[in-house]
Amino acid sequence: MLTNRSKQVVKREMSLAEKLYLPAIFSGMAITFKHMFKKPATVKYPEEKREMAPIYRGHHVLKRDNAGAERCTACGLCAVACPAEAITMDAAERKPGEELLYREEKYAAKYEINMLRCIFCGLCEEACPKEAIFLTDTIVNPEYARAGFIYGKDKLVERMDARIDVSKRQTADVAMFKMGESAAKHNQLYNPKGEQ
Amino acid sequence: MVTYILIKFVLVLFVFLLALTVAAYSTYGERKVSALMQDRIGPDRAGPYGLLQPLADGIKMFTKEELIPTNSSKYLFVLGPSIAMLTALMAGVVIPWAGPIEAFGQQLTFQVSDINIGILYIFSVVSIGVYGIMIGGWASNNKYSLLGALRASSQMISYEIAMGLAIVALVMKSGTLSLGEIVTQQQGDWINVVYQPLGFLIFLICAFAETNRAPFDLPECETELIGGYHTEYSSMKLGLFLFAEYINMFVSSAVISALYFGGYNLPFQAALGLEGAWLAVLQFGFFFLKIVFFIFLFMWVRWTIPRFRYDQLLHLGWKILLPLAILNIIITGLVMWANGSLA
Repeated sequence: MLTNRSKQVVKREMSLAEKLYLPAIFSGMAITFKHMFKKPATVKYPEEKREMAPIYRGHHVLKRDNAGAERCTACGLCAVACPAEAITMDAAERKPGEELLYREEKYAAKYEINMLRCIFCGLCEEACPKEAIFLTDTIVNPEYARAGFIYGKDKLVERMDARIDVSKRQTADVAMFKMGESAAKHNQLYNPKGEQ
Repeated sequence: MVTYILIKFVLVLFVFLLALTVAAYSTYGERKVSALMQDRIGPDRAGPYGLLQPLADGIKMFTKEELIPTNSSKYLFVLGPSIAMLTALMAGVVIPWAGPIEAFGQQLTFQVSDINIGILYIFSVVSIGVYGIMIGGWASNNKYSLLGALRASSQMISYEIAMGLAIVALVMKSGTLSLGEIVTQQQGDWINVVYQPLGFLIFLICAFAETNRAPFDLPECETELIGGYHTEYSSMKLGLFLFAEYINMFVSSAVISALYFGGYNLPFQAALGLEGAWLAVLQFGFFFLKIVFFIFLFMWVRWTIPRFRYDQLLHLGWKILLPLAILNIIITGLVMWANGSLA
């Protein structure tokens, strides 16, 4: 009764018109005929792509800052947060002269996500204190072998000539909330322009 | 005599190619119509508007791996689809495609053979078509195939009776079994469906059942029997079965339009004042239009009505259509008696 659409079922003999079935068949055919002139609901996929939801969680990106340095410091919080244990990494120390490549003194020499294990929950993104890892609206490509699904830094790190916009996932509010007040102050000191 | 044979040969070739082309494009039409009725687009990748789709399907069918089950009887397994295809193509020869014209010093009829038992010929050839399905289903040595074949045979036998009786009333009215003459009789007169509406309805329903089309497609019945009689078939042998169904559809559309809708006759043909070849071309075009409409009707019904349950199918055939067909004969006889047209 919640929807007010329930109908009392009446069991009675069918009238002659109902027994003939033909009127019902004709009305059914009228419905299908009408549908022939309706706009098809098809999205012609490879040429035409349905827009992803702004918070869609596809495969990951390791962001660089505006100068092109990798933001990841290989702290391992994402790997700890990951419920599927899909992330592994090896840390290394930044050598003099590599300041343009890595933003901080420590960086990830190896960073791998097993896309077959990953459940695309986004907890790594939530755990990351450096705003380095984000889930994008890109779908993980199909592969013939399992090995191809283990994405290394070659596939994960953002390319400077094809930057990925993550502003939909990282709004200013979220960033502030994650950073906390002290981090915000720190940010103001070292990054007053608010670069990503 | 040589000209006669040559003309007939060209005509046979024409009917053969026409049946194949129409059947090939019926598969395209089927997919397109079903897509449009379900708010989809349908095949549109092969060629403009997907028009080369039948060609792509054909190539696919020919290049697929051919499997013959180990425990099947191989000879019968190959014979099944061959019979289905052969009989489907044979039925087209008695259909008159256009009115006769004068050419090459003789009268040309666009009908391969106007045998005086044309309707009976179609019936017998179509009923042989069941053997294709039965033999194919039996030879597969598979329970689903056998069930499909059993269903096909009992369904076709049941509906052939009602179909035959529906035709009897028409034959009583026309006084001939020749298709050519039945079409000529409708020239400048009301078409037969006006005199035989009930007979037409019964014939149409039976035609759906005879061609194994939905709502009577129980022999293949994907949901229960996987593929019915063609479960074990692959490659072009499957293609022949599927193709035979579409050719049957084409032939029954042609027969329905010839028997009940005036065949190649144009409305107000006498008033048009056309003669000779142009008239024949126009007549053929109009006849073809009717056939296309009926093929569309076949598809339209398929994508509207769900499949019958098996007992409902036999109930409809034996307890509803058969008495109705007999009633139709009685009414036709009474009307003819009242008119004084009983010889």
